Amino acid sequence: MTAIALRGVSKTFGSRSSEVVALRDVDFKVAHGELVCLVGASGCGKSTILNLVAGLDTPSAGTVDVDGRTALMFQEAALFPWLTVRANVELPMRLVGVPKATRRARSEELLSVVHLDGFAAKRPHQLSGGMRQRVALARAFAQDADLLLMDEPFGALDAMTRDALHEELDALVQARGLTVLFVTHNVREAARLGDRIIVMSPRPGRVTASYAVDIERPRRIDSPEVSALAATVTDQLREEALAHARR
Amino acid sequence: MLVVDRPSESPPIDAAIVLSDDAVAPDIVRPQGRQLGRRLWSATWPKLAAIGLGLVVWQIVVWSGWRPEYALPAPATVFERLGELIADGTVLDALLVTGRRAATGFALALVIGVGIGSVVASSKIARSAVGSMITGLQTMPSIAWFPLAILLFQLSEGAILFVVVLGAAPSIANGLISGIDHVPPVLLRAGQTMGARGLQRFRHVVLPASLPSFVGGLKQGWAFAWRSLMAGELLVTLGVFSVGFLLQQYRNLNDAAGLMAIMIVILAVGIIVDSVVFGSLDRWVRRRHGLMEVDQ
Repeated sequence: MTAIALRGVSKTFGSRSSEVVALRDVDFKVAHGELVCLVGASGCGKSTILNLVAGLDTPSAGTVDVDGRTALMFQEAALFPWLTVRANVELPMRLVGVPKATRRARSEELLSVVHLDGFAAKRPHQLSGGMRQRVALARAFAQDADLLLMDEPFGALDAMTRDALHEELDALVQARGLTVLFVTHNVREAARLGDRIIVMSPRPGRVTASYAVDIERPRRIDSPEVSALAATVTDQLREEALAHARR
Repeated sequence: MLVVDRPSESPPIDAAIVLSDDAVAPDIVRPQGRQLGRRLWSATWPKLAAIGLGLVVWQIVVWSGWRPEYALPAPATVFERLGELIADGTVLDALLVTGRRAATGFALALVIGVGIGSVVASSKIARSAVGSMITGLQTMPSIAWFPLAILLFQLSEGAILFVVVLGAAPSIANGLISGIDHVPPVLLRAGQTMGARGLQRFRHVVLPASLPSFVGGLKQGWAFAWRSLMAGELLVTLGVFSVGFLLQQYRNLNDAAGLMAIMIVILAVGIIVDSVVFGSLDRWVRRRHGLMEVDQ
């Protein structure tokens, strides 16, 4: 079975008089172990899709089937500033009543997975932006999720930090067999990370194209193959934008 | 001109953060030993200088002969009298009576303020019903409540507590409400994705996130409580030697030095509770929330 399946999904916001159609007839699937990137201009409903998949919202029409537990990551790390790094990672486990000793062992392990050993006692404000995102990643893992939903998680980071985190995400996804739905407006990032790129058009959001990324890993964001694919996808997006402007 | 030698400060944290992912923000440097002494001194001397200046002005006014000494005694006389009152236990006894009232009143205000605050913050109807009234209550001078309080509770402890609670509870409620209102939405969303709902959401997300504002409300509530209490003790004396009653007493006895000595006690208690109790609570919360990068 597929990990995520959207069938004929539409979503409208607002009342009848001032209705905004965020998504119209969206269909796509994500297989287990696949990393799918959703790209599109802002306002194309990418984040709405994540909310639907995470179960934070319900579609106005169509069905969203999700096989597995989801964890959501945002552009901001959204760590709780009053908790230490360790307590932040342990919080999801605390909420479901995991005993303290188990929590402690698990958070140690997860922090080491994201290369933050020795930072357990720090508070979020003492960390750099990239480190905070790594804590957020560890916290997502602590939710025992097999489906990772990422909403432009590296959008606010500088290029060097982002490259480092791309490598880590690659390694973690391979090692853990995670399924990832990754929203970004950075086409190069999508070509660097994804097994597949789904292109969406703005208002109402629809799937307009899908590209399989047949580039061998490990990839570099500045490699000719990644750049070439990014250029193709960018052209597609530009066409979308023009078509949208003409309407 | 005074030149103050300031202790060296830790480098600005941002500089380290933006460079690279692996750069760790430097720890907040905590001064130790001699450095702590110097810091304490650099924080204290301006206050001491201000007090000194105030005393000099006071003394000059006394020397000018603007008022006779029995009405406006010199600082030395007042502090001598204060020493006597402390030595014979008058101040301590009065502080015990007043302190008990302050603690009871503040505790009651805390319970009521938190109760009303959480209801208003979580219910739209309650908010539109009493939300703005809470701020309105804050602007009401507490002394204006006393005639009613005395009608309701006669001249009793109850009347004093009633007014203290009315003074402090709105500030505490308001602090809580604005804290809850201003929980960053991204944290609420993060909590939601982790499955924090209902009570768990309140306990693990909303409550800790609103703490800085809540402590601000407590601090303000204390100031209102202390003012109301002093007004109350002046009006409702009950023959008990409270701080406020001593003020009245010394005025009746034409003991201006005693009166001013007690005023100094009132001022000192207000400042000490505000800065020591609530100030350190405030700093602790803000440091925990990362709202204060370098200790002041």
